[in-house]
Amino acid sequence: MPVDVHLPTVLRSQAGGARTVSVEGATIGQVLHTLVETYPGLAGQVLTDEGTLHRFVNVYLNDDDVRYLNSLDTPVGESDEISILPAVAGGAD
Amino acid sequence: MLTLPRDLLDRMIAHCLAGYPDEACGLLGGDPATGEATSLHPTRNAAASAKLYTVDPRDHLRADRAVEASGYSIIGVFHSHTHTDPYPSPTDVDQAPDPEWHYVIVSLRDTAPMTRSYRIRNGRIDEEPITVTDR
Repeated sequence: MPVDVHLPTVLRSQAGGARTVSVEGATIGQVLHTLVETYPGLAGQVLTDEGTLHRFVNVYLNDDDVRYLNSLDTPVGESDEISILPAVAGGAD
Repeated sequence: MLTLPRDLLDRMIAHCLAGYPDEACGLLGGDPATGEATSLHPTRNAAASAKLYTVDPRDHLRADRAVEASGYSIIGVFHSHTHTDPYPSPTDVDQAPDPEWHYVIVSLRDTAPMTRSYRIRNGRIDEEPITVTDR
């Protein structure tokens, strides 16, 4: 069951310039693994080598940050939308 | 070069002052091809710190959707330095998410806020001019 995944500008070049790609998967983890298999240039930018969510990205299921749901185990349905955005942080320290 | 309408600059500084003594932050929407900012999106600082900022992830999503719906993109981020120069810290450089973005820093160290913009690519910091326009 494919779901739409919206990519941030910084990652689009790794997916042929696409803003949105359609990816199969029943959980956030399955969708992201399939995404990285399909577009190997995204490897290491979305998931870590250990297969966990990279700390430099935020992944959303519709309006919710998946870290506040069940992270990679969060189930997804056909009408859901997944968004990936860079985590934006810094400071004077 | 970053082109910044005066009303956006004024709102940016006002958001930074309102967030004091914590750092304040937000995002800039605009045209990535020209570096012209067309919208300002103040966000919460999820780190709630005087020395660090984290753009609240839900505020970021909201801003991204609004900007993309208007045909533009997020082209940069701004944040305040409350007690230091308006220059990127090692933390800013390490965590710069996009080499195409404009990184704007508002220093509140002195009475008059100082605003500077930078490009950060592969760990290299280059200051760029800010052209303030009336629109």
